[in-house]
Amino acid sequence: MTREEVLEKVTEVIQDVFDDDTIVVTDETVASDVKGWDSLMHITLIGTIEDEFDIRFALKDVVEMKNVGHMIDLILSQVN
Amino acid sequence: MRELDYPFDADLLIKRKVKLRKQLLADNGTAFVDKRIAILGGSTTNEIKNMLELFLLNCGIRPSFYESEYNRYYEDGMFDNPLLSEFSPEIIYIHTTSHNIQYWPSPSDTPESIDEKLSSEYSGFADLWDHLAERYKCPIIQNNFELPEYRLLGNQDACMLQGRTNYVTRLNDLVYRYAASHDNFYIHDINYESAAYGLDKWYDPVYWFMYKYAMALNAIPYTSYGVSLIIKSLLGKNKKVLALDLDNTLWGGVIGDDGVENIEIGQETPVAQMYTAFQKYVKDQKQIGTLLTVISKNDEDIARSGFLRPDSWLKTDDFILFKANWEPKDRNLINEADDLGLLPDSFVFVDDNPAEREIVRQSIPNAAVPEITTPEHYIRTLDRSGYFEVTTLSSDDIHRNDMYKANAERKKYKREFTDYRDYLLSLDMKGEILPFSPIYLARIVQLTNKSNQFNLTTRRYTQTEIEQIASSDDHITLYGKLEDRFGDNGVVSVVIGSIKGDSLHIDLWLMSCRVLKRDMEYAMMDELVGACKNKAISSIYGYYYPTPKNSMVKDFYGLQGFDKISEDEDGNSVWRLDISSDRRPKNSVIKVNSIEEE
Repeated sequence: MTREEVLEKVTEVIQDVFDDDTIVVTDETVASDVKGWDSLMHITLIGTIEDEFDIRFALKDVVEMKNVGHMIDLILSQVN
Repeated sequence: MRELDYPFDADLLIKRKVKLRKQLLADNGTAFVDKRIAILGGSTTNEIKNMLELFLLNCGIRPSFYESEYNRYYEDGMFDNPLLSEFSPEIIYIHTTSHNIQYWPSPSDTPESIDEKLSSEYSGFADLWDHLAERYKCPIIQNNFELPEYRLLGNQDACMLQGRTNYVTRLNDLVYRYAASHDNFYIHDINYESAAYGLDKWYDPVYWFMYKYAMALNAIPYTSYGVSLIIKSLLGKNKKVLALDLDNTLWGGVIGDDGVENIEIGQETPVAQMYTAFQKYVKDQKQIGTLLTVISKNDEDIARSGFLRPDSWLKTDDFILFKANWEPKDRNLINEADDLGLLPDSFVFVDDNPAEREIVRQSIPNAAVPEITTPEHYIRTLDRSGYFEVTTLSSDDIHRNDMYKANAERKKYKREFTDYRDYLLSLDMKGEILPFSPIYLARIVQLTNKSNQFNLTTRRYTQTEIEQIASSDDHITLYGKLEDRFGDNGVVSVVIGSIKGDSLHIDLWLMSCRVLKRDMEYAMMDELVGACKNKAISSIYGYYYPTPKNSMVKDFYGLQGFDKISEDEDGNSVWRLDISSDRRPKNSVIKVNSIEEE
């Protein structure tokens, strides 16, 4: 998968989870940019990303995850 | 909503929960029942709550929640808690797991010290349950404990007292004993759930250490579903009827085309054995009070011949109703509901044909229509769906099939008569109408507390009060039991009168609607008049107090030949019957207190 494809799929997942098609996601997006993205919904999002890409994040990676760009790096390291 | 029916897609439910919730709440067609549910958690409960809300909304229950702070289940439940008191829970769910076990045994422990640990562990919980029951007086749902994540003693962990596996098993046993001896306390079996889900997937260290979820995120919908089934059952929202197709559902093959000798049932082939296993499962459902019916596109005689085979586990008389015809199946289902006096919503429709399932789904949206797929999945799909979730098992449940069967037969039989009295006479009814007797006291008390419609005064009595009245000289009491050619209805009518001088005042007159229009009320009055004459009572006073539910008996005393002597503006009326020596009995269809002929 290319970085663009991953970003596109991540965007779809975020739109789906927060039930809002208008959310725009970039590498710099952080939780506070999206309405409803609190620590509890973060768990839902991580779980859904794992299901959609059929991967598992390491605990350390989840702890250190900074923004969407970082999340995409972690996904790419597992899907390719 | 299809997404929430078993077998659901757990990942999808978690991903779409925000959207699904909006859709469920926006459904104007549902008249929601509101319930206040307190979740006392030993780990994070947020997602448990979210999923539980979806499943409950899906069956018409709109919950509001109280959630304890993380791992504060004990303190929140045990000590003064103004927030919880104010919330006033109607159901309490204690979501604890093996993560909350405090005193795990170690290999150096002696059996005695393990017993002590076990006892401390258990009594902490038992104290909490006792306190909650006393303080909040509502049903309590408690998780049991799932098997541990690892086994220090390997295989022997199961049997050595020092093993965690053994400890969990013993602790669960104590919890079950508590459940067996306390009403309103229900086990939610996460031990089974985690095994079915797979312990290796259930225990997810990332979700535990990051978020303190006791199980994997995707296992949570299964846990919440399990809890929702208990709540649904407690609120009387269980299904009641299993309506079954025949060809390729209860046996392999098409009986009309293949012939009765060629359908697959019995023990001869693997396919036949598989259908036999399903028939056994279906037949077992009767023991928990589920009603079985047939809905099949077939000629009736051919359809019935399938059950005449000696190797058919089910027999035609296992079914309360048998509709084998060429009518649309949704029509047949509605007719069956009508025959049984139940709502179509209380049906589970089981059919291997996706087209038939779709028709029923479209036409009767609230009936359950499981995706049973192929025969090897039938049992698991039905079983895990929990349509008939058992929370209590009464003798009424066990005999429900017989009772409904008798009613259905009476109804069918009635159509053969044009004259109603002929019908009543042919029922061959025998009544037993006598003063209260100890063996029926429990049933009498139950009737006084649940009869609403055919009830003139709607007075409620406790067991103690009934006992006092039964042994008092100032009262006349009667219970009425009715039996007919189709079966025994048990005690169906209760009358209590107080004697004042030479008159009797009827404090209570009730009858079960099970026996409406059978002249039982006239037989009761005849006996009451007889009892009055024996005590030289010359007049009987009857009272009618209207409620929103008892308008059907507004003119009851008028029909019995009483004169109305007063009525106030609220509709409360007083009636009098002067007992004349030439009063003729009004009942002529029920034989009362006759001695059985040998």
